Amino acid sequence: MEKTISFELNGKKTEALIDPGETLLWALRNHFGLTGTKFGCGMGFCGSCTVLIDNEPVRSCQLSIGEVAGKKVVTIEGLSTDGKLHPVQKAFVEHDALQCGYCTPGMIMNATGLLIKNPSPTEQEIKDGMEDNYCRCGAHKRIIEAVQTASKEMKGGK
Amino acid sequence: MKKETTNANGSVETTRRRGIPRRDFFKIIGGGIIIFFRPWGALDIFGTPAEQRRSLPTDYNAFLQIAEDGTVKCFTGKIEMGQGIITSLAQEMADALNVPYENVKMIMGDTDLCPWDAGTWGSLTTRAFGPHMLAAAAEARGVLLDMASSKMGVPVAQLEVKDGVITDTKNNKNSVSYSQLTKGKRIEKFLDVKPLPEDYTKFTYIGKSYKHADAVVKVTGQAKYTGDLKLPGMLFARILRPPSHGAKMTSVDYSEAEKVAGTKVIRDGDMIAVLNENHDLADMALAKIKAEYSFNEMPVNNQNMYEWYVKFNTRSEVVRSEGDLETGHKLSDKIFESEFHDPYVAHSPIETHTALAQLEGDKMTVWASTQSPFGLQDTLVRELGFTLDKVRVITPFVGGGFGGKSPAQQGVEAAKLAKLTGKPVMVVWSRDEEFFFDTFHPAGVIKIKSGIDKDGLIKLWDYNIYSSGTRGSETTYEVPNNKTTHHSTDRNEPSVHPFATGAWRAPNNNTNTFAREVQIDIMASAAGMDPLEFRLKNLKDIHIIDCLKAVADKFGYVAGKTPSGRGIGVACGADAGAWVAHMAEVSVDKNTGKVKVIRIACAQDMGLCVNPEGATIQMEGCLTMGLGYTFSEEIFFEGGNIKDRGFDTYEIPKFSWLPEIDTVILDRMNQPPQGGGEPAIIAVGAVIANAIFDATGARLYTMPFTPARVLEALKKV
Repeated sequence: MEKTISFELNGKKTEALIDPGETLLWALRNHFGLTGTKFGCGMGFCGSCTVLIDNEPVRSCQLSIGEVAGKKVVTIEGLSTDGKLHPVQKAFVEHDALQCGYCTPGMIMNATGLLIKNPSPTEQEIKDGMEDNYCRCGAHKRIIEAVQTASKEMKGGK
Repeated sequence: MKKETTNANGSVETTRRRGIPRRDFFKIIGGGIIIFFRPWGALDIFGTPAEQRRSLPTDYNAFLQIAEDGTVKCFTGKIEMGQGIITSLAQEMADALNVPYENVKMIMGDTDLCPWDAGTWGSLTTRAFGPHMLAAAAEARGVLLDMASSKMGVPVAQLEVKDGVITDTKNNKNSVSYSQLTKGKRIEKFLDVKPLPEDYTKFTYIGKSYKHADAVVKVTGQAKYTGDLKLPGMLFARILRPPSHGAKMTSVDYSEAEKVAGTKVIRDGDMIAVLNENHDLADMALAKIKAEYSFNEMPVNNQNMYEWYVKFNTRSEVVRSEGDLETGHKLSDKIFESEFHDPYVAHSPIETHTALAQLEGDKMTVWASTQSPFGLQDTLVRELGFTLDKVRVITPFVGGGFGGKSPAQQGVEAAKLAKLTGKPVMVVWSRDEEFFFDTFHPAGVIKIKSGIDKDGLIKLWDYNIYSSGTRGSETTYEVPNNKTTHHSTDRNEPSVHPFATGAWRAPNNNTNTFAREVQIDIMASAAGMDPLEFRLKNLKDIHIIDCLKAVADKFGYVAGKTPSGRGIGVACGADAGAWVAHMAEVSVDKNTGKVKVIRIACAQDMGLCVNPEGATIQMEGCLTMGLGYTFSEEIFFEGGNIKDRGFDTYEIPKFSWLPEIDTVILDRMNQPPQGGGEPAIIAVGAVIANAIFDATGARLYTMPFTPARVLEALKKV
């Protein structure tokens, strides 16, 4: 049964009449047109559907839209502000930390969540934090470098 | 609008495009100068899967357009799946036309707009397609110079071009831009000339590093992959799949599925699909279908397959032979016999096979994640009865292919359902379907008998391939007596594989390079020689020798006999016209059998390198992806039942696996460009096997090197 769900989506108060049982991933993609969040496995293994919920990286394929009621959801589309790339996005471009780009939104959302929690991660902490986001093209080396660069920029170059 | 239509050789064009009518084509792309071309025999026909091969079209297709605003549009049937040609082809075009790189727009993988192309595979884009593109650009540049010459009243020889502006060298105030020349015109040129070898050293954009042209759209989520498209009234389709490739449906009951709100069930022959505007509800409906099957499976599984392949691949074909094996035996002081195994490996792109189809009137448009848009167009003509001009395939960004997206069954499924329902239909394969229908890298057995004399020179090389393919099976080393035999099945006989197999990044070369380079290492060790020294002694190919020297330099290689306990390995090979050499350092936990790669280095001679940064990224990708087939990737199956259906059991490389990676691209600016998407993956298995031997004295003959296999090999030391 459809129900009105209220939550914050990419900084905007949002209300939607929707089946609260619908998977957050497909609701974002199909109902809200936010297709930057990708389907990769639908089982929570690959991380390409990662979004931030109250600043925590979460796999949107493992959650229903009803579960985000009252929460703040940020997708890849909501990361840049006023057309300016978020430091993590900028670092991914600078380091060319992508190939096919399909896992990239999930990687960026996961890295952003990681840096919110731990603004100065060591290389090992970055690897641990990114471990369960899969990239088949093999961009791992540059992704780690990009997260390091973003970490520096987010701290104001300290 | 002024219209002028001539052939490059002066004759008026008489052939018609086979695709959409000309007027529709121009309606889409507009005016300017348009260079058409006809594909020659040399263009991309090798490496074409037989099922998708069609006779080469003899008509003309657009190749490049200098639009009325001076923008250069380059049309190619190639697709972008992460390999970076959207960047490197634009660099080549910018150079050939003397326009700013930013002015070049790539239009890719659209069968209505782009010239026919077999598919994006075999690392062929730069080496096979590139030269034709440059020839088209030279033609366009000639047209523009002629136009400028008459407009400015100055002979062509007196003109120079920079950044899209043609200037009189004797009076720099007298100049005209490409956009001024093309405005309000439509000039069609038909190119028939074969491209000539280029002097690549004269270029400015080529050879310079450029970042991915598509990076910003990809980091912001704006880049559109097939699954990101949406049309009014679009239905998501889920299709009922058999539990195994040897299963046949005996009964089905989909009455419960039909009760799921908004669900439509379609049955067409063997295909049963549920369709719903809501993806979750389509999933739910599919789960409610009850079906029963009878099974007729091949008695082969991942345990007994290697004996099976040796037994049933009875058609033997000598691929190459020099000297005489008997003589080789006599000249050898030591003989070595080994058998190597390589299992089925999945492509596992993160984007599953996806397609959206829409029927408008009598025209079918299919957007698909495919490496072969024209191949899919042909399949749709064949299977759905459309004529060629009534099927358009468009390829948005592709989320990884690696050979697995050459077949595009999902495109046919979407088109069939769009035709049956009259609505736009989106098919997104689940991860389970992606594994089930993958065209796996074929499992294979390699048997080698080789011999060396007292001086450590290889005298005998008897190489036998069972089931897998011959790419990369060249002996590489100087061996006077060698023979390579491929044991396969007759084309008319049923396949020995219980499911489909196909090309996987550097198809079969990973298997062959693993076997060859481990065998070389075995001989080097037995000869009491350093493995690099042994290779250099037995090699004459200057390209590989240079790569070995370059990688040794980068790696800081210190010679030593194996096993030295240091955990350092060497391997080399050739693929897609390029040459590579690898070195790696590993540590092995002898209690658990776990191997950690500490560092890996690779030197590559790929001829001219168009975009060094892009090529480096490809090499890093190869080295990282290669760790998967080396350590964990292996499909478990029982007959046609694929047991690995997800990332829970099928493990691909992760961040914690990442070693220190070093790459070197040899400076070969004066050589024609070669492939770059695949070569660096071929020796990853071999270099790590050799490093494990150096660390422990344990030899691994079967990939992947799981802890269990490493422990097993350690027992034999």
